[in-house]
Amino acid sequence: MLKQKYDVIVVGAGPAGLAAAIGAKKTGAQDVLVIERAQELGGILQQCIHNGFGLETFKKDLPGPAYAQRFIDELTSLHIDTLLDAMVLDVTSERHVSATSQWSGYVELDARALVLAMGCRERTRAQIALPGTRPAGVYTAGTAQRFVNMEGFMPGKQYVILGSGDIGMIMARRLTFEGAKVERVLEIMPFLTGLTRNYVQCLQDFDIPLQLEHTVKRIIGNERVEAIESVQVDDHRQPIPGTEEVIPCDTLLLSIGLIPENELSRKAGVALDPVTGGPFVDERMQTNVPGIFAAGNVVHVYDLVDWVTEAGLLCGRSAAQHAIAERKHAGRRVRMKGGDNVRYVVPHVLDKESLAESRQRLQMRVTTPIEAPVWVEVMNGDERIVRKADLYARPGEMVSIDIPQSAYDAVQRASELTVRVVRR
Amino acid sequence: MADKTYDVIIIGAGVVGSLVARFLSRYRLDVLVLEKDSDIGTGASSANTAIVHAGYDPIPGSLKAEMNVKGNRMFDQLAGELNFSFERRGDYVVSIGPDEYGKLETLRQQGLANGVPGMVMLDGADVRRREPNINPDVSGALWASTGGICDPFSVVVAAAENAVENGVTLLTDTAFEDFIMEGKRIVGVKTNRGDFGSRWVVNAAGLYSDVVMHKAGLRPEFKIVPRKGEYYVFDKAEMTINNVLFPVPSETSKGIVVTTTIHGNTIIGPNALEIEDKEDRSVTPEGLSEVWQGALKLVPSLSLKYAIAEFAGLRPGGNAPSPNPNIHYNKDFVIEIPKEVQGLVNLGGIESPGLTSSPAIAVRVIELLKDAGEKLEEKPDWNPIRIARPRFRDMLPVEQKLLIQNDARYGRIVCRCENVTEGEIVAEIHAPIPARTYDALKRRTWLGTGRCQGGFDIPRVVEILARELGVSSLEISKKGKGSEFLVRPTKDVETE
Repeated sequence: MLKQKYDVIVVGAGPAGLAAAIGAKKTGAQDVLVIERAQELGGILQQCIHNGFGLETFKKDLPGPAYAQRFIDELTSLHIDTLLDAMVLDVTSERHVSATSQWSGYVELDARALVLAMGCRERTRAQIALPGTRPAGVYTAGTAQRFVNMEGFMPGKQYVILGSGDIGMIMARRLTFEGAKVERVLEIMPFLTGLTRNYVQCLQDFDIPLQLEHTVKRIIGNERVEAIESVQVDDHRQPIPGTEEVIPCDTLLLSIGLIPENELSRKAGVALDPVTGGPFVDERMQTNVPGIFAAGNVVHVYDLVDWVTEAGLLCGRSAAQHAIAERKHAGRRVRMKGGDNVRYVVPHVLDKESLAESRQRLQMRVTTPIEAPVWVEVMNGDERIVRKADLYARPGEMVSIDIPQSAYDAVQRASELTVRVVRR
Repeated sequence: MADKTYDVIIIGAGVVGSLVARFLSRYRLDVLVLEKDSDIGTGASSANTAIVHAGYDPIPGSLKAEMNVKGNRMFDQLAGELNFSFERRGDYVVSIGPDEYGKLETLRQQGLANGVPGMVMLDGADVRRREPNINPDVSGALWASTGGICDPFSVVVAAAENAVENGVTLLTDTAFEDFIMEGKRIVGVKTNRGDFGSRWVVNAAGLYSDVVMHKAGLRPEFKIVPRKGEYYVFDKAEMTINNVLFPVPSETSKGIVVTTTIHGNTIIGPNALEIEDKEDRSVTPEGLSEVWQGALKLVPSLSLKYAIAEFAGLRPGGNAPSPNPNIHYNKDFVIEIPKEVQGLVNLGGIESPGLTSSPAIAVRVIELLKDAGEKLEEKPDWNPIRIARPRFRDMLPVEQKLLIQNDARYGRIVCRCENVTEGEIVAEIHAPIPARTYDALKRRTWLGTGRCQGGFDIPRVVEILARELGVSSLEISKKGKGSEFLVRPTKDVETE
């Protein structure tokens, strides 16, 4: 059963979100909730069935799901709440979260601290304005990975991969294992954009050619991809005429970069760095909006999951500390309210602990004049905290009263104080 | 010869064919619509600028001018009855620098001759105030208050759906091959799925309208030359333009437009390139560059960084001389019942402003049938209203809550950029005109059109389509046969 208010709500249950939730709970946050749009925890790790995860964190070479499972188990043992197959529709700078799922319906929740851990999305063919037709058979490497590793389907038989990013190279190997033919990996830059170890283990070991300074000139085929035309590029990444080559294939995979996913951050008023595409953060992973934290690929794109986990843990600890301070602070606040003949009181809110330091002055204006001696009284319900005498009260003249330090104990019992100006 | 004889067969379920069907469904007629593709509205109707033009562009006296202005006037009522998205925001023809300003008055005079109401000349300061992102060198604009934008996909779906609900039969994946003639009279059509008898045939074949009329032995000199237009679409979270901004038009084209769509995205385009291939909707670096340069002239602050899609559409441009003997214009619409054969309503060359003109063309088809002696008897139970299905993202939270309470599937978001729910997808798969492909769902629900371009939703939508249609995921396609997403199960799954 969901609570209405949480110490920490984490958006996203990938490696960053899992670590943040665990970090927050271990730091002393009482109620922690993780909201995840997939049906299972773990995020993209669940479809990364290749190994290479956890060398730093666990000194072990684990496949993605096994790496995720360690954190999922810990999350479960810590009794952290989860809301799966759910989408966060909106978050505000006051950390009000609207989410929807088939199981929970439309829910609105509040958090004392919010962790943004939405990860990143893949760049698409449109973002590089890839020319040609728009047939079936053009997939981002991650979408193809999901089809193969999660859904159990092959999206094609004969592939060309554009981009030497890690997911692309890993998919080249995976598809080869599955009996498909990977004709070529094309990379527009004069250097590899993924990890060298992936180049060796995924391409070299399987004799899959990598062509640097090459790109796709156009996609051919109306219904399904029939071929792509590749072309060599010069130092300015412009096609060199005469170097075109038509490569028959039924599928083009794109591994051309990742973009931090910050549409929700924007809704919460979080400022984004135009270079990274992610939020500006401080050393505690707090964004420019107090109480909103961010970790993982939502901040900047990582190469190793171990560093994402590390950032998530730090972020979770910071979020918990914020929530704990917030909770403590919230119990210390007293609302000030205008009672009989008082239009308003400033300050609107008083920190109870402020009386430990000094007396506190309240200022107000009355609604109607009283041309006779009056009491200015500060009340906690029927209990009078302090009063002072004035000779009259007029709307044109500001009224003030001090709460003395001696009222410290009486104020501790209050959640709201009323000020009134009445005839003596 | 088929057993059943229809009163009217319409060839093509684009916006023209669908609206002709919808207006004919009012009468006691057996109407059949034939569509060669797996879905309706996949030709010129599916890739255009989505503008309901005011009507100052066409040559005065042409059929284009008449249909444009009449069609424009019909959109308010039509949008109300068929429940598609339409906004009469007005449009601007923007002049940059002092030289272009004079051309605006010429355009306004042309609009007055065409009967366009509500045109106003604005100076540069007015335009800058209304559209702060505009090129600061703007010298003025012709503002046409009757211009508008619409969702062209839902115009087609709503019209065809209303027709079907009123008794019209629609056959998709059914391609016209030839006419069946008795002397000079058309008595039916041959298709890839058999013969269909009919007293009347309406040629609404769009890009292929020349092929169809040639099969009837008509207008041998008439030729559709597809004119390709390419576009960029921008992320709505990153940049917004409030208005429809046209440049001062050239002799051949209305120019590269910067506009907003009914869905809130800024789009720019189209260029205009005459080609031969009626299926070539590929985008080219040259075309996109032309579009980009043209758009920058109007809005210099555009950034390609925020482009989320590119596409190309084909305008079915014809070469028919105007039926008006007083003007010299040879790219007019063809809207006629020709004398050479009997039983044909011949439409051709319905390019821009075809979307705007389509309801007026449908009404004209009915007038032509009446003139030909067809006794059109109204059905007492004709229902002009088509109810739209819920669109989660456009609702208030309180409405969203109620929707989910009634059907939990509306609580599950399948397309995360555009917030399209499983409930909406399932409803479209089981609608009167079922969406059976990914692109059909995309046109109806707008899923997969956002910044991730389907990367997230495609596997989920394939699964839902397979489940709801009761077929294997291997049979699910992007846009019909030959465009399946998947080729076989993986080895693990095969051996299980």
